[in-house]
Amino acid sequence: MVLALLRRLAVLLVSALVASVLIFLIMSVLPGSPAQVALGTGATPDAVRALEQQMGLDRPLPTQYVEWIGGVLHGDFGLSYTSRQPIGPQLFDRLSVTLWLVLGGMVVALLLAVPFGVIAALRNGRPTGLVISALSQIGVAIPAFLAGMLLIALVAMRWNWLPPNGYVVPATDPVGFLRHMILPWLALGLVQGAVLTRYVRSSVLDQLGQDYLRTARAKGMTATAALRRHGLRNASIPVLTVLGVQLVTLMIGAVVIERVFVIPGVGSMLSDAVSNRDLITVQGIVLVLVVFALLVGFVVDVLYTVIDPRLRVQAR
Amino acid sequence: MNRHESSPPAATPRRRRLRFAAGALAAALVVTACGAGSSTQPASTAPATTATATTDGQATAGQASNGAGGGSVGSQPGAGASGSDGSAAPAPSGDPNATLNVGFVAAPASLDFTQDSGAAIPQALLYNVYETLVRMTPTGEIAPLLASKWTVSDDQKVYTFTLRDNAKFSNGAAFTAEDAVFSINRVKSDWAKTVAVAQGMSTVAKAEAVNPTTLRVTLTKPSQSWLFSMTTRIGAMFSRTGVAELATKAVGTGPYLVSANQPNVKLTLTRNPDYWGTKAGMQTVNFMYYKDPTAMNNAELSRAINVISSVQTPDQLDQFGDTAKYQIIEGTTTGEVLLSFNNSKAPLNNKNVRQAISYAIDRKGLLDTVWAGKGALIGSHAVPTDPWYTDLANTYPYDPAKAKELLGGKTYTLRLRVPNLPYATAAAPVIASQLQQVGITVKVDTLDFPADWLTQVFTNADYDMSIVNHVEPNDLATLWGNPEYYTRYDNPEVQKLLADGDAGTRDQMIADYRKATEILADDAAGVWLWAFPNLLVADVDVKGLAKNQVSESFDLTGVSVG
Repeated sequence: MVLALLRRLAVLLVSALVASVLIFLIMSVLPGSPAQVALGTGATPDAVRALEQQMGLDRPLPTQYVEWIGGVLHGDFGLSYTSRQPIGPQLFDRLSVTLWLVLGGMVVALLLAVPFGVIAALRNGRPTGLVISALSQIGVAIPAFLAGMLLIALVAMRWNWLPPNGYVVPATDPVGFLRHMILPWLALGLVQGAVLTRYVRSSVLDQLGQDYLRTARAKGMTATAALRRHGLRNASIPVLTVLGVQLVTLMIGAVVIERVFVIPGVGSMLSDAVSNRDLITVQGIVLVLVVFALLVGFVVDVLYTVIDPRLRVQAR
Repeated sequence: MNRHESSPPAATPRRRRLRFAAGALAAALVVTACGAGSSTQPASTAPATTATATTDGQATAGQASNGAGGGSVGSQPGAGASGSDGSAAPAPSGDPNATLNVGFVAAPASLDFTQDSGAAIPQALLYNVYETLVRMTPTGEIAPLLASKWTVSDDQKVYTFTLRDNAKFSNGAAFTAEDAVFSINRVKSDWAKTVAVAQGMSTVAKAEAVNPTTLRVTLTKPSQSWLFSMTTRIGAMFSRTGVAELATKAVGTGPYLVSANQPNVKLTLTRNPDYWGTKAGMQTVNFMYYKDPTAMNNAELSRAINVISSVQTPDQLDQFGDTAKYQIIEGTTTGEVLLSFNNSKAPLNNKNVRQAISYAIDRKGLLDTVWAGKGALIGSHAVPTDPWYTDLANTYPYDPAKAKELLGGKTYTLRLRVPNLPYATAAAPVIASQLQQVGITVKVDTLDFPADWLTQVFTNADYDMSIVNHVEPNDLATLWGNPEYYTRYDNPEVQKLLADGDAGTRDQMIADYRKATEILADDAAGVWLWAFPNLLVADVDVKGLAKNQVSESFDLTGVSVG
């Protein structure tokens, strides 16, 4: 068990290292020089070269890479090419904003998906089940930003219940934070919840057809009780997988929601950095996101073994 | 964000959503394109001289005051004349503890406009944090700021400035003539390699401190544009001991201090308690940056911001129709929206083709469609507030038949490569369909601004046509006097007129510049689509916002709340 975990951890570290090399290489072949962008429309080629030299972009790639990754390992992501501010503090600041956004959205999604998915499975073929299936189908088809825009147009602009956009730091104003986050959470949660509902439903349906549940029913348990006692734990494995994937996708995918709701998250930071060719910032962000994705994968793996004792045995 | 129809109000909610959708989709697409994820941000080079102007729009293309810029709009410190004395700004009234939140489209990349040419930096900092010896007033006149008065020698080559003795930098150092000399020399030494605006200082032979409050500047030749350029960012006065970390620490003499900067999100200015002149009208001013114009409108509607510095959706102005709550300010900017041609490349090196395109575009219809009719029709590279402006708007009236005749039955395919800025992406499809009528097939492609557009169109001139709002004031010579510029326009007659004009008297300059604009119009060197309007929405209790955008600064010095 411990050995298996260690092995996975080693894989994680190697993956992160390989990713860092790839990210660095991709950035260095991206067209458009940060110096050109900084200098703008009046720049001469000499001026661009001079600034590239100043930024250290004229040195050999391996030198640039080693210097960068060495700094990152010490928690120093370097200075932004454009703002000249340290990237690290800003990055983790933005990351925390996006984590609030995405985790809140996932909670909403789970609160919707688990009950509705289970009900849809239990009522499969009956009107309730059909209605839930149809609604979740519609939800899957609606992009999150559209849901966000509808929410803004109705809840914020027409009814004036909540602010249409902006972000407030939770530590300074918890109420303001909640008021600003409710709509983005709903926008993310409704759509992700719809997707998740379908996974929960099909996963539960799978389990309902299994022999062990038939046995439980034969012992005299109701379908609901049998499911609660034996089925949910089994049904949660595939759902957990989807959840992990969604979490990772959302970290970057939330950029659209961030833009619609003007939330200063990591997605918009990345998008700003790309269009400014602030490559060192882009590198840092992408690396952190990759590590985050690897960590989520690792945690999901660990959770599998927590939920399902059989996997624990296999791992051993 | 294309708007094909001109009728605004009724359809607003739906179109707003569509536009949102388009923006978000664009963002999503870029995410995919970059693998890593991301989207667009006009920051660095971007926009803005025009704070108010089009913020997101401008290409920053020319540099104000480059070379033969153009004279001091409106003011004539002629030989021996002296600028009037007086305090910098009228005393702002209103609530001194007020906080003002102003929405902008383009965010500054850093705080250092000596290294980064982005127009969003002087937009936020010039006159507010950094001061110049002489400033551009909202009415377009050159007025005293850190210099209380100045005189010009008879040969127009020696300027003597009398400096204020009570001005202080935010690092505590007093402002003296030595700092002025340092700042002027620094433009030539430390700026020149990187930022091209610095060329405005190239006519300076020497700057010397006669005594702590007297500065003497000697020019190599008379230049009408030099004093004007001193009102722009290159005239900003820096402390000899305050330039170590310009990108993150702004040390100026102005009425505001930079108190916080969250890049691309918010820049906070607070009142400078030790300001030498009339104290700032507000305690705090937040520059808030919105990529999405609709989000900015919503922020104004929900009171999250008090001012929209530049309306990007003029067709939605009716949501601010309640005059008890909002004021709509409409004026002019120094921006010309130009359908630019690659003048050196076939077929656009052929005057007939250029003229045919000029005839084939219905500019009135275009303006109504894409910018709700806000703005003025112009016919050459000058806006109505330029002293050398003449009305050339009717040089090429809309006449598709004439256009076909000029093309002589030939058909062409041209690439129209536009930056992803609202006015440009809106205008491109309209122009494409109008040119289609006369036999010119237009392939539109949209480039990420600033990075892609700058590299491909501006630097490499890999384009046939583009659309950009040239916002810098006095950019006539920058665009048309330099054959290397991306318009690739090489006309010795125009070049000579522009050079002679700058070196001559003011009257000669106006005459020469006017002649140059007439030649440009006749030559159809580009199609000047419209003069970009200054369009602001503000809470009704915000006072002192300028109607016309005449400088690079979003000037807060006369603004107050309540």
